Amino acid sequence: MIQTNKLTKRYGSFTAADAITFEVQQGEIFGFLGANGAGKTTAMRMLCGLSIPTSGEATIAGFDIYKQTEQIKKNIGYMSQKFSLYDDLTVTENISFFGGIYGLSNVQLKRKRDELITRLGLGQEANKLVASLPLGWKQKLSFSVAVLHEPKVVFLDEPTGGVDPVTRRQFWDLIYEASAGGVTIFVTTHYMDEAEYCNRISIMVDGRIEALDTPRRLKERFRVSTMDDVFYQLARGAKRGD
Amino acid sequence: MYFINWPAAPNAAIKTSTMKQFIVFVRKEFAHVLRDRKTLLILFGMPVVQILIFGFALTNEVKNAKIVIADYAKDPAAQQIISKIEASRYFEVERSVMRAAEIEDAFRQGRIKLAVVFPLNFNHALLHENSASIQVIADASDPNAATTLSNYLNAIVQDYQTDMNQNLSVPYRIITETRMLYNPQLKGVHNFVPGVMALVLMLVCVMMTAISIVREKENGTMEVLLVSPFKPLLVILSKAVPYLLLSLVNVTTILLLSVFVLKLPVNGSIMLLYAESILFIITCLAVGIFISVRTNSQQVAMLISLMGMMLPTILFSGFMFPIENMPRALQLISNIVPAKWYYIIVKSIMIKGLGFSAIWKESLILAGITLFLLGVSLKSFKIRLA
Amino acid sequence: MRTIRFLLQKEFRQIFRNKTILAMILVMPSVQLIVLPLAADYEIKNINIAIVDNDRSPYSARLTSAIVASGYFRLTHHGTSYPEGFQAIETDAADLVLEIPAGFERNLVREEEEKVLVAVNAINGMKANLGGAYLASIIRNFNRDIRAELVGPQTVNPFPAVEVVSLNRFNTQLNYRVFMVPGILAILVTMIGGFLSVLNIVKEKEAGTIEQINVTPIRKHHFILGKLIPFWVLGNVVFTIGLCIAWLIYGIVPLGNIAVMYCFVALYLLCVLGLGLLVSTFCETQQQAMFIMFFFMMVFILMGGLFTSTDSMPGWARIVSEINPVTHLIEVMRMVMLKGSGLTDVLRHMAVVAILAVIFNTWAILNYRKTT
Repeated sequence: MIQTNKLTKRYGSFTAADAITFEVQQGEIFGFLGANGAGKTTAMRMLCGLSIPTSGEATIAGFDIYKQTEQIKKNIGYMSQKFSLYDDLTVTENISFFGGIYGLSNVQLKRKRDELITRLGLGQEANKLVASLPLGWKQKLSFSVAVLHEPKVVFLDEPTGGVDPVTRRQFWDLIYEASAGGVTIFVTTHYMDEAEYCNRISIMVDGRIEALDTPRRLKERFRVSTMDDVFYQLARGAKRGD
Repeated sequence: MYFINWPAAPNAAIKTSTMKQFIVFVRKEFAHVLRDRKTLLILFGMPVVQILIFGFALTNEVKNAKIVIADYAKDPAAQQIISKIEASRYFEVERSVMRAAEIEDAFRQGRIKLAVVFPLNFNHALLHENSASIQVIADASDPNAATTLSNYLNAIVQDYQTDMNQNLSVPYRIITETRMLYNPQLKGVHNFVPGVMALVLMLVCVMMTAISIVREKENGTMEVLLVSPFKPLLVILSKAVPYLLLSLVNVTTILLLSVFVLKLPVNGSIMLLYAESILFIITCLAVGIFISVRTNSQQVAMLISLMGMMLPTILFSGFMFPIENMPRALQLISNIVPAKWYYIIVKSIMIKGLGFSAIWKESLILAGITLFLLGVSLKSFKIRLA
Repeated sequence: MRTIRFLLQKEFRQIFRNKTILAMILVMPSVQLIVLPLAADYEIKNINIAIVDNDRSPYSARLTSAIVASGYFRLTHHGTSYPEGFQAIETDAADLVLEIPAGFERNLVREEEEKVLVAVNAINGMKANLGGAYLASIIRNFNRDIRAELVGPQTVNPFPAVEVVSLNRFNTQLNYRVFMVPGILAILVTMIGGFLSVLNIVKEKEAGTIEQINVTPIRKHHFILGKLIPFWVLGNVVFTIGLCIAWLIYGIVPLGNIAVMYCFVALYLLCVLGLGLLVSTFCETQQQAMFIMFFFMMVFILMGGLFTSTDSMPGWARIVSEINPVTHLIEVMRMVMLKGSGLTDVLRHMAVVAILAVIFNTWAILNYRKTT
């Protein structure tokens, strides 16, 4: 579903992402880990069509990221770090807006809207402004809006920042549901415990991918028992990040 | 791992370094300001552009006015008058025998401002009755231009009469000798430069301070600052300081341009001018602070300081339109516009060359406005916190 | 097409929900339109004059009365010392000083010639000009009267005279406000269109919601249209409110066809909004956007012919004012409202504004990158 080959992004003399190469299969939950500043967001933005790579190739759902960006956009969903819902619109209005932008018909819109609201339990809040929702609900809503149009791939950029572990768990339930429905999930995070939830993960350090495997095999390789330790082993010598 | 050194007497340490803290804040604000290249460009470029515009493009003088002369008389006397009119720099003359309807059309299309008609019987009347008349039709949609142009035309015709009567001696003449003070060439800039100073300082200071403070509110970083042991007053003042210095740079730029490019000298004390400018800048910063305490969104702060203040400042400062022409109520309103007082102060120092004794009243008013605004702002601020 | 509908729904919802901004959009221009024209008056009246009368004769008294009776002047100082009179100018108590020398009447009758001295505060060039001209004209008339008395009645006017008969078309009351209202309205509409549109896109950039849009298959020109249309509507609303205020408060009823005005304003708004969008593509923060737009507004307003005439500008400035959309709006507003100009009369202005609109909007669309 996602294929990249030596994807690189340079800003002047600074290489944010260096020769990123990997493949993601359909239906996989692929975790893109790394410290802050390691280059995760840069890589993701290139894949979403938000940023043009300096060099390298990539295809998403078979579409080339240089020449077929608009096609890619029709087939992907995106949830950014800032959650990118309109604070001054209600839940229903946000859903209608993004659904409509992606070309859902009125009938489909209504159906999906009702489904979504019921599933997330937002019945009471449907007509409240998103600004008034607690953070956890905003996140879940954001994700649901991102998959509203049933895209083939969904990109999640640090989706669970700032909420308690229970809410995070609930969020991942949503991710599992989507994955079970055949959606490929590409998620970046710096919470190492979330790495356990993924099918495969890659760890970026200083702009390069230093490890790419299933969580279990990584733990075996480094002979540690938690992903935290795996990360610590890899990132110790990192020059970028906090 | 680091170890934290707890000072032996924390409170004492904080008290003695309030000044240091203040400088830290000011440094941070400077960093913010200097980093934003685009804004800096406009901040420093705007006064320059304005001076150039006012100095070289704008003038209250009426000249090159397009007019049409319809000469039905075709006699040498008429021709002489017409030549005088054509020679005048006030007018750009088109000769065309237009009828009334055509003149109306020309007005409607904005092609001409005035039409002069020499009637058919001009020659006859002049010869036989010693009195002839010329018709002048003015487009009075711009009443001022109409009046001024008509006056100029009148003056030209008077000139012609004086020439005609050269050879006949006219008894009992009163000769008026007119002397223009302060501005012998009637250059428009004398009015404008002090006005530009007031305008630029006011708008820049108000907007920048207001936005800077409100932005921190929006970002949530204001709360962080307020929770720290630093007095809120310090925080606010530190935001104002960079703009004080920036504005002084602007004042200097304007003065330099004025003296060397516009050839408008500073007749009074430069020190006094700077001192008063500092006072006015502080007043404007106080306005900015006042606005910022009352708004929570950058957009609102910006709209108020720009849209809400641009035209009123231009109009109520008195440099475009004389305040004494305004209805009483508006004259009273203009009293609370700081720019008005500063404009008077700058004119007095720069152009009339007067000293502090002439402007102490205006300075006092500015100081009063400042203290009032700061006082109210501080109170509002404290109320919010409590 | 559907996408535009959704975009518009979102924009309008956001606008109406923001009560503060909405109030400002509607109230601020209205208040300014009501108050400012009252302040903008170039008519020179109440010129303060100080008369230093060293003669104290019937003639000087008559001259003084003539000056006061003219209605142009306010006598603020009447004394016998020139230094005092000059001080009146220094303190702004007087705009000019007339000094009638000692022996005025006697010299005039005996020598048939006498001088008077006028000193004018020329800081305000226009006031100085007009004040001087009025005073000169009053003195001239006084001279003529005295001469007629001294020379005796004549049957035939001994000196040929050419008289100028003036007629004013449009605004026969010479009401300066009537002249300023369309101009101020033009400025207000411009500010609304310009500032709001520039803030809007940049605000989304700052908030990050623009990324969410960029990731969708929305076409660039749909997005731009979705931003243009709401503010275009708002601009028209503000214009309509302005027309109502002009009518209710100032009694100005457009002499020409309102449809022509709306036609032009529609085109004009596209131009100004386009500029706002263009500027917003260059800015990252609201502050930058506002500042750059403010800079343009300032130049436009000053060079637009609102306060000073574009005719008297030097060549290069006239070119600038020609490509300044505000100049054209002010012209057209004045032409249609005060003179009843029609569609054909304003065609030239419409053409310029249309070209500018195309340039700004196209540039904005080209500049707006969903991918950086």
